[in-house]
Parts: sequence; structure tokens; C-alpha cells
Amino acid sequence: MGTELVDAPPALVLESVSKSYGDVVAASSLGLRAAPGELLTLIGPSGCGKSTVLRLVAGLERPDAGTIEIGGQVVAGARGWQPPERRRAGLVFQDHALFPHLSVHDNVGFGLDRLSRRDRSARIGEVLDLVRMGSLASRFPHELSGGEQQRVALARALAPRPVVMLLDEPFSSLDENLRAQVRADTVAVLRETGTTALLVTHDQTEALSTGDRVVVIRDGAIEQADTPQRVFESPATRFVASFMGEADFLPANVHDALLTCEIGVVSTVPGWADCDVDVDVVLRPHEVALAADPASSARVVAVEYHGAFVLHTVSLGSGRTLRSWQPHSVRHPVGTTVSASVAAGITPTLLVGDLAVTSPPPR
Amino acid sequence: MSSAATGRPVWSAAVVVIAVLVATPVAAVVVDGVFTTGATQLPVGLGAMVLTTLGLMLGVAVGTTLVGGGLAWLVTAHRFPLRDVLAWLLVLPLAMPAYILGFVFLSTFDSAGPVQGALRGVLGDGVWTPEVRSLPGAVVVMSLTLYPYVYLLARNALVEQSPGTYDAARTLGASRRRAFWKVLVPLARPSLAAGLALVMMETLTDFATVQYFNVRTVSVGVYLVWRGSFDPGSATRLSVLVLVFAVAVLAAERLLRGRARFHQQGARGRGLRPVTLTGWRSWGASALCLAVLGAGFVVPVLRLLAWALEDAAADPSGLVDPRFVDYLVNSLLVAAIAAAACIALSLAMGHGLRLGSGRLARSAAQLSTFGYAVPGAVVGIGVLLTFDVLDDALRGLGVPGGTGLLVTGSVLGILYAYVVRFLAPAYQAVDASFAKVSPTMTLSAMTLGASPRRILTRVHLPLVRPGVMVALVLVMIDAVKELPIVLLLRPFGFTTVSVWVFELASENFWEQAALPALVIVAAAIVPVAFLFRQVRLLDALHRVG
Repeated sequence: MGTELVDAPPALVLESVSKSYGDVVAASSLGLRAAPGELLTLIGPSGCGKSTVLRLVAGLERPDAGTIEIGGQVVAGARGWQPPERRRAGLVFQDHALFPHLSVHDNVGFGLDRLSRRDRSARIGEVLDLVRMGSLASRFPHELSGGEQQRVALARALAPRPVVMLLDEPFSSLDENLRAQVRADTVAVLRETGTTALLVTHDQTEALSTGDRVVVIRDGAIEQADTPQRVFESPATRFVASFMGEADFLPANVHDALLTCEIGVVSTVPGWADCDVDVDVVLRPHEVALAADPASSARVVAVEYHGAFVLHTVSLGSGRTLRSWQPHSVRHPVGTTVSASVAAGITPTLLVGDLAVTSPPPR
Repeated sequence: MSSAATGRPVWSAAVVVIAVLVATPVAAVVVDGVFTTGATQLPVGLGAMVLTTLGLMLGVAVGTTLVGGGLAWLVTAHRFPLRDVLAWLLVLPLAMPAYILGFVFLSTFDSAGPVQGALRGVLGDGVWTPEVRSLPGAVVVMSLTLYPYVYLLARNALVEQSPGTYDAARTLGASRRRAFWKVLVPLARPSLAAGLALVMMETLTDFATVQYFNVRTVSVGVYLVWRGSFDPGSATRLSVLVLVFAVAVLAAERLLRGRARFHQQGARGRGLRPVTLTGWRSWGASALCLAVLGAGFVVPVLRLLAWALEDAAADPSGLVDPRFVDYLVNSLLVAAIAAAACIALSLAMGHGLRLGSGRLARSAAQLSTFGYAVPGAVVGIGVLLTFDVLDDALRGLGVPGGTGLLVTGSVLGILYAYVVRFLAPAYQAVDASFAKVSPTMTLSAMTLGASPRRILTRVHLPLVRPGVMVALVLVMIDAVKELPIVLLLRPFGFTTVSVWVFELASENFWEQAALPALVIVAAAIVPVAFLFRQVRLLDALHRVG
């Protein structure tokens, strides 16, 4: 979806944005742009600065350096700074932050005080219908369930027609079984209104399943900003590989386009003929096949039953461990000697140092 | 939560301006007392005053710890007849200002009073009686009115804190007694320190009680030196000494609390279970509580009522002294204006900090609450000094008379001093309400396009209304009770109820003083009723949990 929108002017641009709190760097020369209607998910370990990005865009923090543009208008830069109330950025918090003394109707109308009475009521009705809360307009926040509160918070932020919507872990306060439904509803509303959105999450599955693009942040810097598929299948760095899903790293060697490591030949690497390079190979548990093999030096050391799948942890001859997902019908008891291999058709990511490489490094 | 960079300069500046406004009189005292040269002699009898002050504070600290802490333990850890009612009634003496209990106490136990009279009647004239107008007398009276601070905080600590920890101690084999001394008491230490600090502040700022009992503390010394010897230099130097005491109390509280932040969350458990007392012990416990309650509240109120009725009976034509109505209106009017001013300033500070302010503004807000620790006489002198400087400046600018007429001819000085002194309780109440408003609420309003002013009126004000109500009540009560500020700063012919009571009682016109004293007690019951609710809520929670 991202590609077809590339030509439109971006809804949000961050250029070399930096922000530190004392010695802690929360944003280090961040660059990011979001096309109109694009949904970006921001993910990273806690304290990585992903929420700081939202706060900088919303105007709740002032960057030390860099420029932020919303809808083509510079809101933070060398020449000036716009306070939050002058930016067209909507914000939904994890705790929803509904005004407890106002009804649902008045909460949603809070940001519409510049409209006439009639226009305001019309707009409130419109957004409440959008989130299917029209019938509860006269309720007060404490009379709503968590999911309903979340929908009102979304409606309230949408009402003034923000250019960009910022969502700070909006689903993490909800029950596990409610979360998927509310998430699907929210994404549907954002799509329907064509709203550009930045969604901060700490849930890898959520980041991969909701975003048009996933932005992985570590120590205030963007490690990778790419489609979910590319982030998962072609991680740009060792950190992204290990943070977005499970991954094991084995020292490997590419010799004449053939990738070998401790478990044998992994695959061919097209374009890597005529070279002999040491790399690390990224192996995800679902890519690793196991077969009982009395002659092998690898042994199953742990078996975790997860329902549909069973996670096997295998200790290789070298002492390194490798994990493998097996269908629930397959179970190699602890102590079984097994041979591990990589499923056919996989092109694993190769790392030199902490960075992924796609072509042989120059000699 | 927000960084300094996003704060609103106007609102941050407002916080700093308020703090400067409030700090000025105290700073004026310090500057004047420390730096002004001239007759460098210290006030006569300084050593005795310091010793008396220390003796009084020590005595009241021991007294309130024994009475307040003891009753809290008795009521929380035991079951006996009337316990549930007594648990909250024991807060009632807080509504009895020490200077009112003081004169009732004196009239009862002094040599001309009924008790000694009866003793002489039985044992003859030569019987020895202790001197009532003395330091021990003041200690008894002040302990009886101030113990509820310690009682409340100790009880909170015992009931609310760490039932899980207590249970853990018991399951680890500690006896009830050992768990109490080794777990509950250390955990309650910060609360006890806070309670004692409040008691010490009240003791230090007391003005009237100590005078009835001929106890010359430094706070009284300030007033007497200022009024009596017309020696402003000595008075301000003495004021600085009083400030040293106040700082010492605050420092001691910090020290006693240590680094302890025993805030236990989610630790659920049964906690301390009360044991049922039986036989004479159970009735003894009830009697002990009733005795304290009687001495601290019931008997004095009854005595005041009797006097008021006697007074009315003696002169049925003037059922209510017409002056009384005037004085009451004066009291209420000044108190209401002071409360409104304190609330407005507190709101401005809370709002300013909420919008995101820097360290300077946050420190300023902290600074502005110091006035509560400063005795009224010192604040009064500080206000006079401040207006003095202002006077000189205005005269320098060619304004004839400067502020002189404004201050001596109006209650402006009193109001200013009230704000300095009572901004702290108002701000703490409002701030406590602000603390319950999630920062995301403010931030949401901002991102929804609301200006700072709209956030104040549409979001902050409605949400902190409970704190505003508490602030209103607290400041009004304190202002109605306040004495030395009015005595020092009142314009000619201006009298409040508190001053009237003090003047009548000082001249032993008990009967006439009774009615206005009862009015003050009635007013003071209002905030105590708030405390009742808190105590009963705590009990209810404890019963459920």
C-alpha cells in the first residue's frame, strides 16, 4: 500500500530530529516521512524513544534540533515552534484520558469549540457513528467499558480532522481477548477516514499486523523503517532480527555462493560467486527442520508445548543453541539426538558485524 | 512530565511571581534581622526564651506521642465497648483551639477556680497546689488539643499500611508484639514524623495559649518586643531565631523520615487484627478514651455553654452583644477574601506547573509553602517591613505618604499576611487534587486545540474542584482562628472574633468570652468533620478488606 502513495506530498516529515534529556538520548537525528493515509507502527524496547517521537510530533516536547512538518507546515524547526493546540495532530493515550466531568458527546466536542453549535453537533454525531458509539453519547466516561472508552478517545481525537493521528499504545490497557477486536475496529476507522497515523506499540505481532510500514527504533535511532514483510524477512540489523520475532545467530561462511554453517549447507547465495566470506546467518525457529539422528552431535535440551506448535531448543556440538518450531504432532523428547537443517526455499539473512548484507562485502 | 521547553512562559512566570510575593515578607525579616547594623544588643532574656521554647516543644512532642500514638494503638489493635465511635470522636479535640481550651483550663484549675477551691474547702487553706500558669500547664493543654495530628497519622499508618508485610512477619513466626515493634512501628515512623512535625509547627506558632500560661516562647517574644519596647531591631533578630526553629523542625522531620518511602501498593492481606479486650481492661480502655475526649473537648464545651447561658441570663436585654456581630462579620469577611486569594494563587501555580514548567518554577512553588511554618507574629513583622520598604520607594517616587494610609487604614496588610501564611494549606489541597488528574488529561486537551486559559476553565478547574473546596474550608478556619497577625496589622478600631476572645480571656472575662469562643469551635468543627469522613472511610475499607 505504501508504494502507490509515494508521489503524494507527505503528511508528516521528520528531518534530523534530535532530543535528549540530560545524558539520555531519546531521539538522535531521526528522519521519517509518512504519506497521506499511511499507517506507521513504531516499535522498540522500552525507553528506546518511540513515545518521544509522538510527543515531539504532538508538540508536547520541543526538539533540540531538526525540523518537523505536519501537512506541509513546519511546526518545529530553526525558525519557530508551534504549541500543541496549533498543530493538527490528534493524540490517543494508553489511559484514554477522557475528561471524567464531560459526557461522551462533550468529550468529542471538546476540540470543536471553533465550530458553530449546529456544525459541532453534526460533527460529533458523525464521528460517534464512525466508532459505533452514537447511542451512548449521553453517557459519562465512568459508565463505559474499556473498549468503549478507547473508541470515544479515538472519536474525540478524530473530530477536529487532524492531519496526523498519534496513538500511544492505545490497546495495551485492554483485556487480551478484547484487544484484537478493538485494534481491528480502530484500524478500520483510520483506513475509512484516510487518516495518516503513527501507532506506538511494544507488541511485535501488533506492529507487523497493523502497519503499512514498521519503524523499529533503538536508543533513539531508527534501525529500520520498512514494510512488515521486509522487516521480518530481511531485517536490516542484528537488533531488528532478534527484536522482531525469534532468531538465532550462527557463524557461517559463504564460499562460491554456497552458505555453510555448523548444521551443514544452508542454501545457495546467488551473486556471491567467487568469494569466501565469514558471516553470521540469521535462523528463525520456523525455518529450522529437525530429524532424529542417532549419529548427530546435536541434542534436544528443552521442549515447550505451545498448543499448535512445539518449540524445541537444540544444543549443537559447539554448544550454541538453535530453536525450532515443530507442529504439535511432532515431539522429540529432551535428550534426543537430532540433526537440524534449514527448510528448503529459505534465503536467510546474512550479517557482517551487526548489519545485514545482500552482496559480498568489497575486499 | 513535560519538559521545560514546552512550558508557557506567562504561566511559569506567574508561579515565580507568586512565590516571590509570598517569600518577600519572610525574606525581609531575615535581611533586616541579619544585615541591618545598629544597636546590636540581643533582646533581654533571650536565653530563657530559647530554653522555654525548647522545653515546651519537647514536652508537647512527648505528650502528643504518648496520647496520640497510644490511643491509635489502643483503638486499632483492640476491640472494646464504644471503640468504633470513639475511633473517630477522638479527632474532635482538633476543633478546640489551644487558646480556648487554655482559658477554660485556667479558669477551672487556677487558684481561684472551682477545683482548688474545693480542695481548700476539704483540706484547709494551707494545702499545696501546683502552679497552673506554668510550662507544664501549657504542655498539658497543648498536648490535649494537638494529639489528634499524631493519632490520625499513626492510625493511618497502622490500618492502611502493609497488611501484607504484617502477615509476612506473623507467618515468619513473629509474635503479635514482635510484629508490632519490629514491623509496624518502623513502617509507621514516617507518618509519626509527619504528625509530630505538624504538632511542632503548631506549638511554635502558638501565640495566645502560651501567654495565658506565662510561658515566654520566642514567638511571643517577637510580638512583645515589637509592641512593648518599640525596638524593631531586637524584634527582627528574634524573628530570625524563630525562623531557625521552624527550619529545624522541617529538617528534623526530613531526618526522622529518613530515606524511607514506605508506600506499599497492592500488598493485600488481613493485617493487624484487633484483639477483644475483656473484663476491667475493656471498660478501662473505653474510660481512657472518654477521659481524653472529655478533657480535650466535651467538658470545656459544656463549660463554655454554661458561661454563655449565665451571661445571657445575667443580662437578658443584650442577648447578643452588638459588637459581636460586627466582629464576626469582620472575621468572616477577611477570612473569605484571604481564602479566595489563596485559592486563585494556588490554582495559578498548579495550572502553571501542569502546563510544563522548568525547575525554577517547581522550586518556586515549593518555596511558596514555607510561610505556613512561620509564626504569625514573624509574618506580621515581615509584612510591616515590606510595606516600609515600599513606602520609602513610593516616597522616593514622589507619592506623598506612600502606602502608609493604605496599610494602617485598611485590612490589606492582614490579607497579605494571611496569604503568606495560608497559601501552603490551600496549595497543598489544590495540588493534591491536581495530582489525581492524569497528565494525559492536560496533554489531550492541548492536542485538541485548547488554549492554556481554556484548559484552566474547562478541564483543570472542574477536575480540581474538590481540592478547591478543601482549600476554602482550611484557609477560612485558619484565618478565623489567627491572632497575632491581626493584633500586629489591624487598622485602628478593627477587631475580629479571635482577638476579642483573646482580649476578654486575658482579662478573665470568661463569661463574655464564652459565646465567641463557641463560635470559633463551631467553625473549627467543619474541617474536623472532613477528617471524620476520612477516618470512617478508612474503617469501612478495613472492615471490607
